[in-house]
This record gives sequence, structure tokens and C-alpha cells, in this order.
Amino acid sequence: MSHHNITFSKEELERYSRHLIIPEFNIEGQKKLKASSVLVIGSGGLGSPLLLYLAAAGVGRIGIVDFDTVDVSNLQRQVLFGIQDVGVSKAVAASKRLASLNPHISIEVHDTMFTSENARKLIKQYDVVADGTDNFPTRYLVNDACVLEDKVNVYASIFRFEGQASVFNELLPDGTRGPNYRDLFPSPPPPGLVPSCAEGGVIGVLPGILGSIQALEVLKVISGIGDTLSGRLFLFDATGFTTRILKVRKNKNNPLNGENPTQTKLINYEQFCGLSVISEQPREVAEISVSELDKWRKEGVSHLLIDVREPYEYGIVEIGGELIPLATVLESTDRIPKDIPVVVQCRSGARSASAIRELEDTHGYTNLVNLTGGILGWQEEIDSSLARY
Amino acid sequence: MATLIIPTPLRKFTNGNAVFEASATSVNELLLALSFANAGIKKHLFDDAGELRSFIRVYVGDEDINELEGGNTKIDDGDEVIIIPAIAGGSK
Repeated sequence: MSHHNITFSKEELERYSRHLIIPEFNIEGQKKLKASSVLVIGSGGLGSPLLLYLAAAGVGRIGIVDFDTVDVSNLQRQVLFGIQDVGVSKAVAASKRLASLNPHISIEVHDTMFTSENARKLIKQYDVVADGTDNFPTRYLVNDACVLEDKVNVYASIFRFEGQASVFNELLPDGTRGPNYRDLFPSPPPPGLVPSCAEGGVIGVLPGILGSIQALEVLKVISGIGDTLSGRLFLFDATGFTTRILKVRKNKNNPLNGENPTQTKLINYEQFCGLSVISEQPREVAEISVSELDKWRKEGVSHLLIDVREPYEYGIVEIGGELIPLATVLESTDRIPKDIPVVVQCRSGARSASAIRELEDTHGYTNLVNLTGGILGWQEEIDSSLARY
Repeated sequence: MATLIIPTPLRKFTNGNAVFEASATSVNELLLALSFANAGIKKHLFDDAGELRSFIRVYVGDEDINELEGGNTKIDDGDEVIIIPAIAGGSK
């Protein structure tokens, strides 16, 4: 839609007046916002400030893609939502919040997973895409779909105290497109190499900062004002309060738009990220269910329970296991007997299984059993008074 | 001495330290010094062939070493070398 035919009501002029009195922005910039459309993928930590600011700023049409429902643990950072939204579809709850914030724009709800099947169809309907997702398969999917559909991808991601932001695939004055995510990181870390999904956590304000930067870059892309982060990667480390801006160059080996493109359509991103490769599944270990362990405890069956989570997790909730974090199990074998059954436990059962494999491989243990479902399983089936995290 | 900036996901191999310092004349020397000083970090930086992994970038100042001389890029006293990993978080 051309922005030249855009008009504003008295209410809109008053609402956007602080934009209109910026000389470089003025009513032309506001018309461009109203004429534009943005697809925000993920309405979580990054998506919350992104959506709030885009709606407040007056972006004419905003699409929200999210398949998830609001969980109470989201409220620490996902400021779009309130306690009344817990259990409700995020996309639906977000659209209600945005409609109450700005009735002059239209909000489109896509209460669905963003997949290789629907990605291009969804992206095609919007001018700009903002990636607020939280996992590698979807990150690569968003990037590839944007490159294939010639859309700008305004990007940010976070990990604990650290954040990154950039603008990918922006149309440059010479008619070419700026670098994209594949130029920076051609392929994702396979499972088992850092950062892995088991080690999450994010300080609540951080997505607020990075998501706001994304919103700012979206407004710059649409209005054409200033220099965006195209060709640059912004880094923020909150612990030392260091910021850096690094150059991002196009990579001639980029499989999508390098010198010899090898990928012309979307692929299976779970497989690409090594998440569905069955041949690489690790060896099975002996298991015990939470109800069996409960029975052992009640009947006084001799055993030792060790907890291989981190001390900060132990501080949230524990079930009487001896704390030996995964990284230290091999140097703590003096505390792990071989003559009685040893039940190994973590949050959900994955880390405890790898602890068992390591101990079996290096120290010849044969008496180790994995607590299926970990402390989450115990909370679900045995003791619902415990906190989940 | 050159300074190497360690990103959050790799700090579990460096006792939580965000900075590693060593005398080194090239990027490779500095990364090897890091690997020797911190057990377990090497496989997260390099693949079996010794190539930097596809989800790790290394910069000297604000420039990617791929635009310079790769691992052979010379570093001087006071240079800042930065390891950038792919991170994906946003919500969870």
C-alpha cells in the first residue's frame, strides 16, 4: 500500500503527535507506519516489547504468530500478559492487549506453529518480519523464508545476560540484499554442544531491552530513517554492561544466496539442527520410575539418590538427593558407591542419563539407574506441593 | 597480552570468567592457549578437522577473522579478540 493516500483522524493525530513533531519523522514517517505491515513471530520475551511498541507507534497491520499458551513462568518477562491470561493462547491474549492499546490498527492472530509448510505463505502477507522465536530450528526457518520471500528479518536473541541484534536481508540502495543469518552462522550447534536447550534462563529485563531494539529497527526499516543494523551485529552483555557492534559480511558460501546457491526451498529444520536424527540417539540406560523410587523409600530399600543438577537449581527445589553437578561427577566417584543401587536424578532425566553413561564408560559402574522424568516427574506424580521450574 | 572475550555459554568452561588473557601473536595461538587453560572448551570451538565450528565466529576488534587471515590473523598487544556463538533464546 502506498503511504501517500494515508489519512489520519483527529484522534490519531493527537495520539501520534510526539512522532509528528520530530522534524525527521513527521507525518510522512507516520503515514509509512500506518501503510505498513509487520509479522512478529513469537509473542514471548522479545515479542512482548516488540508488539507493544509497534502497536503503540501505529504500525497499520500487525500479525502475531504463536502456538503457545501463557504459563505463569512467562510473567517474569513477557509483559504483554497478566495473571488473567494464564492458560490462554498467547496470540489471542496478545491481540486483546494490543487492541486495547491502539484501536486504530489491525491485529491478525495466527494461533499456530510456524512451520516449513506455512512459513512462506505467512511471511508473504507482510512487509517486514521480526523474529522473536526461541530455538534454532525456527530461527533458521524464519531466516530462510525471509530470504526466499525477499523480506527484511529484524533479529534479536538472548541467552541469560547476553543479547544479539541485527537486521537481515534488508534491501540496500544498490538493489541487492544485506547479509542474513546464514552469512553469520551457516549452521546451528548440534545437540550436546553449547549452548544447549537444557541450560536456559534469562534475566527478565534483557528481552525487554533487545525486543525494544528490534522494535526500533523495525520502525527505522519502515520509515527509512537513520542507519539500521543491516551488515552489523549488536552485542550486549548486561553483566559487565559492555556493548559492541561488529561487522557482518556476506558469505560467498551462503547456501541461499551465495555464489552457488544450493538451497532453493525450505527444508526440515528439526533435522537440520540434528534434533531428529535417530542414529545419533545416545545409548539407553537403566531406569526407575518415580513411583518405584517412592516405594523404595517407603519400604526402606537401601539406595543412594544423587542429584546432578546445578546448585542454583537445587536451591529452587530438591527431593533429598546428594548434590553432585553433572560437570563434577567424574571427579566425585568417591561419593558414588558401587555396592548399593544409585538412583541418578536431574530436572527431567536427560542430564542424569548422560551422567550415568559417563560413569559407566570411565569407571565401570553397573549399579546406576536413571530416575525417569526427573524431579518434574516426581512433582507430577508424587508430591504436587513442590515447585516446578 | 591479548584479551579474549568469552561469551556466556562458554563461561562454564572458564570458571565463569568473561575474559581470558594470554601472550599470543595470532588468533590460533590465543584460542589454543584458551583450550589448554580450560579443559573441555576446545570441542565447542573446533570440529574434528580443527576448523572453527559453523556456529562460532571470531572477531578481532569489529572485523571477522574470515575477512582477515583466519586463524593466522596477527594480533598485537592490547587487541581484543571476541568469540561470538549463535544463541537462539527469546522466550523460554
